[in-house]
Parts: sequence; structure tokens; C-alpha cells
Amino acid sequence: MASYSTNEFRSGLKVMLDGDPCSIVDNEFVKPGKGQAFNRVKLKNLKSGRVWERTFKSGESLEGADVMDTDMQYLYTDGEFWHFMEPQSFEQFQADANAVGDSAKWLSEQDTVVVTLYNGAPLAVTPPNHVELEVVETDPGLKGDTAQGGSKPATLSTGAVVKVPLFINTGEVLRVDTRTGEYLGRANK
Amino acid sequence: MTSASEAWAPTASLGMLKKRAQLYTQLRRFFEQRQVMELDVPALSPFSVTDVQLTPLSLSCKPVQYLQTSPEYYLKRLISRYPVCCYSLAKAYRGEEAGPRHRSEFTLLEWYRIDFDDERLMAEVKDLFQFLVPDIPYRKLAYADLFIQHVGVDPHRAALEELQRLSGQLTSYTGTELGRSECLDLLFSFVIEPKLGEGLTIVFDYPQCQSALARLAKDSQGRTVAKRFEVFCHALEIGNGYWELCDAQQQRQRFENDNAQRAKRGLTQREIDPRLMAALEAGMPACAGVAIGVDRLLMALNNCQSIADVISFADQ
Repeated sequence: MASYSTNEFRSGLKVMLDGDPCSIVDNEFVKPGKGQAFNRVKLKNLKSGRVWERTFKSGESLEGADVMDTDMQYLYTDGEFWHFMEPQSFEQFQADANAVGDSAKWLSEQDTVVVTLYNGAPLAVTPPNHVELEVVETDPGLKGDTAQGGSKPATLSTGAVVKVPLFINTGEVLRVDTRTGEYLGRANK
Repeated sequence: MTSASEAWAPTASLGMLKKRAQLYTQLRRFFEQRQVMELDVPALSPFSVTDVQLTPLSLSCKPVQYLQTSPEYYLKRLISRYPVCCYSLAKAYRGEEAGPRHRSEFTLLEWYRIDFDDERLMAEVKDLFQFLVPDIPYRKLAYADLFIQHVGVDPHRAALEELQRLSGQLTSYTGTELGRSECLDLLFSFVIEPKLGEGLTIVFDYPQCQSALARLAKDSQGRTVAKRFEVFCHALEIGNGYWELCDAQQQRQRFENDNAQRAKRGLTQREIDPRLMAALEAGMPACAGVAIGVDRLLMALNNCQSIADVISFADQ
């Protein structure tokens, strides 16, 4: 894997730090007048999701990380692994609960998702920003309750639970923002 | 950065370019009133500086020509022949520097005052700022006092191990081992500088290991310090000054130390400028000199986040 010097650090560059693959979030060049230059770098640890700040001497290098984001189709889960397929090569990948993380509750079969591969193996799964899912369970809405606030929990087909307005009923298909877990509206189908 | 379709356009606004022109007029007026003469010196020289942290830009002709990192050496050669108070307002060049506050090509205002010490020159820097911004807040602080206040150690006396420990602790530094000067730079830039606040701040009496071309002296606490000062405006570093070292032998020794440091780090050796050395040997008058980054000055006075905002074509 190539090495990258601090002056090559750009947002999104994937590097190894302390044995973990990281994505560079920000890189600030700090140099006193006639002194040693440093780079104050913010990195996101792709394994833990945590953001670190680290300082390096300008010119120091970090090893590049073999990390690639690829579009894949979600196939199914057997409870232990979630299975995905790369649509061009038909190659299948399996991701464990750690890699899938929170996105498990947004995955419907056949959905196209982004799978982050680290050294060829799934490290993280990112669902589409918005998904449309059917309500499988919620308290019945009261007739006429269409306008005012108030919300109730609704369980979706994937198992995700979101807060919805009181007028939503079982069987309706909703549009949800996977980044915030918020109800956006009814699906326009 | 200008977008691809606008890459031909200037990076500074017309308003800022007008302010820049006005600043030049004001600077010239200030120096004219004080009878400090404007001098035009070359940007090219067959020699460059030995400074470990500076990378010169060079032209691929034979013999090689270096773009000057500052007009210092030429100005010192000049005053060694004609002892006049003088200033240069011109471009300077430093390789490998680009960022929100850096460009390889930038503008330096540098001036020399015969028979001034650092105290007197610092007072003149204050006068200049008050000339440009009449009500600007001003303070003068010793380097040591800033360290004691914000880092908790005396930078002149603290052991290297302690400085290294504090560097890691206070700045999340985890790279290769830092030398004394590097620790001080790191701690100053990351911990102290952001706390310098609004207005003009002049920091004086620098550590001996960072003396560059400044004379050494004992401060009020008996510590050996470099008579060097730095100028900050609204916490942005914009200037560097010295009560100049006139002793040729000591200066040569410092340059040789620089080269030894360069060798240690695998950097190319730089030939010591023989013409500067000859001028010092012929006798440079006692003087103090200071250089202010004009682009940085404009940034500070106009609250700009990027140096591109004050340079006509920052991205060429």
C-alpha cells in the first residue's frame, strides 16, 4: 500500500493509524515563523467510528489503508452474517454484526447499499439516506386525527421503530431518513 | 480555491485589493516621516539560508539561483557599506508552504534601524500598528511568562523530557521524537498562540535554541535569552524581529550548527553565504531589524480566514 505524506492528506483519504483504518476528516497546517511545521489532523477511525485528533510533524507519512467503498446489493441475513453481492462481478460478501452495525434495521432485500471493504472484507455498511418501509405494527390511528402534533411508535418491516404521526396505520409505507431515524412522510407510490 | 470555471479570476475582491494599495501608501508614509529609506534588493542569489525549517525555491540555471526567503542578507550587506535606516517592501519565497495562512510567494515588509536595540524597535512596531489602527489594544510579553502561564514550565530551564511529555499530553502529538526547539514550537503554536487574543501582542526574549540571527543576552532573571521578538495581531503570527547579531564568528558558528542539524535529518547542506559573512567581517553597524508579513497583516486587520482573500492571484 502506498504511503502518504502530511502534505498529501485530503479529506476522505484512507490511512492506517495505530493499526486501524481511518479516514481523514480535516488537515490543518500549522507553522511558526521559522519553526517546525506541524499538521493537526482529524481522523475518523473506520472500525470504531470515533473521531481522533492527532498532530504530526509536517512531512511525516502514514501508510495508506486498503479501504474501498463499493455499491452492493443486500441479499439476506442468516442471523449471524448479512450477505451482499457486488452487481458487476456477482461476487458475494458476508458482513458480521459489527460491520453492519446500526444499518441492519434499515436493510430490505434487494436494496443497494454502500459496503466499505477493508483489505477486501466488509468493514462497514451504509444504507441509502432514505428508505421506504412498511409499518407492520402500530397502535390504530383515531379517525380525524390528521393535523395536530403528537406521535406514536411504529415498527417497520425491518424491525426499526420510528416515531410517526398519530394518523399512520399498519400497512402504510413510510419514507424514513436512515441517518436520523426520522419519519419523513408517506411513500409516494 | 476558485472553482474550475473561475480559475482565471483573481482570488481577492476588488475591495481588498484597494485596501492593499492603501496599506502600501500608509506604510510608505510612515517610513518617510521617520526618514527610513525604501530599498530595492534582488530576489535572486547564488546562495540561500541554512535554516533547518526553510526550503528555498531555486531556478534551474547554471550556476543555480535561489529565490530569497527574505531580503535580510542583502539588506545587511547594504547597511554594512551604507549605515542607513532602510526598508524593503517586496516578495519573498519559501518552498513547500501552502495553506490558509501560507503561500510560497508572499510579501514581506522588512526594516533595519541603526543603533536601535530590540526594545526600541518593538516600540516602533507598536507605533506602526497604532498609525494603521489608532485604537488597537497592545501588550508586550516575555516568551517565558507565556509558557509559565499556559504550559506551566520555564521554557529556558525545563528539561527536554518534560517538554516532550507536555508536547504529547497537550497536543495529541504521537510522531517521531521531538527536539527541544520542536517541542517549544509545538507547544507555542498549539497551546499558547490561540490564546493570545485580540490586538497587537509582541512576544520577546526567545529561547537560546531559537536565536537564529539575534544576539544573546541575560534577562532580568539571569536566563540566557535570544533578543528576538515576534509580532502577533489578533493571535495571528505576522512578524519576527531581532536585535541583530553582528559578530561574524558567532554567526558562522550558528550557520554551521544549522548544517549539522540538516545533516542529522538527512537534509541537504546549504553553503553559507560568503558575501553575508564578508559583510559581517567588514563590520555591520549595531542595529535591530524586523520583518512583517504584509499578507498576514491584511488578513489580521480585515478578519480574513484565508490568505487567498488578500492576494490578487493566490492560486495562480
